[in-house]
Amino acid sequence: MNVFTWINLVDLLVCAVILIAAVGAAVHRNLLSAVVFAGVASLAVSFLFLRLSAPDVAMTEAAIGAGLSTVIFLIAVRRTEETEGGER
Amino acid sequence: MKQIVSLVALATLAVLLWHLAPIAMPSDLGSVASHYVTHGIEDNRGSNLVTSVIVNYRGLDTLGEVTVLFLSVSGVAFVLRRRTGLEILKPRPASEIVTTGARLLFAPIVLFGAYIFVHGHLTPGGGFQGGAVVASAVLLLILADRDRTLPHAALAWLESLSGLGFILAGAVGLVVTGSFLANRGVLPLGVWTELFSAGIIPVIYILIGLKVGSELAALLDVMVHAADDEEARS
Repeated sequence: MNVFTWINLVDLLVCAVILIAAVGAAVHRNLLSAVVFAGVASLAVSFLFLRLSAPDVAMTEAAIGAGLSTVIFLIAVRRTEETEGGER
Repeated sequence: MKQIVSLVALATLAVLLWHLAPIAMPSDLGSVASHYVTHGIEDNRGSNLVTSVIVNYRGLDTLGEVTVLFLSVSGVAFVLRRRTGLEILKPRPASEIVTTGARLLFAPIVLFGAYIFVHGHLTPGGGFQGGAVVASAVLLLILADRDRTLPHAALAWLESLSGLGFILAGAVGLVVTGSFLANRGVLPLGVWTELFSAGIIPVIYILIGLKVGSELAALLDVMVHAADDEEARS
């Protein structure tokens, strides 16, 4: 196995993490877990941006997408209800 | 039900975006993009081409972007403004380790954020990224000590003045060379890859960094303390 296929394998793994985290964020009943899933998806996307040689976008995604917006969502969840209502 | 709806929405979005994949991987640059690539260094003398595009070629769009951020932060502050006359219960104080660690880390993180936006024209990153890093340092301080309130008046002044500075820097270009946010002929372009180079680009990016940092810090402060108020009421 040469270097290039190895790197592509890592990229594919990251893509799989993004997909799983995005689906998790969409379907998870507990909103705290959903927020954490969304943060993981953002972090994986920022790694992918870095791999596609866009460090500027990767930094923005990591600092704002994975960092600050996750915290803002966590505060917002604490202000409201921790589980999705209407279906219990 | 909601879960199924959101899964269907995700799948639809994926199918729609699937057809865009070939467009996202172009084999050659368009005419505007190739002008940026071939003339970027000559025009602006900045080693980070992305910054040249964001602050100079597309500077007007960035001004709009900063305005959007300002409006959304103002909206949050308006909706979640502190209710007066409410007895606030103290949340459980953070442990000694957290408070000491936060105080220790605050200065290096702010310095790192400032480094990112001061070197925006040389290395990856710039005003938005650096501002977000500075705001995260402030968040650490707020979380470690909930009683701490930020100087809102000072933050508002810093934010307004840096926004005004951005527009003034653009207006100087309008007066001197006849085009808004012009770079050439306003400040000396300097030597490529040196700190004092690229004309007004670093000036504007430092102003954007201060503006974004103070705005996001104020936003986090308003949200954290509004959440505390909410807990005190229930």
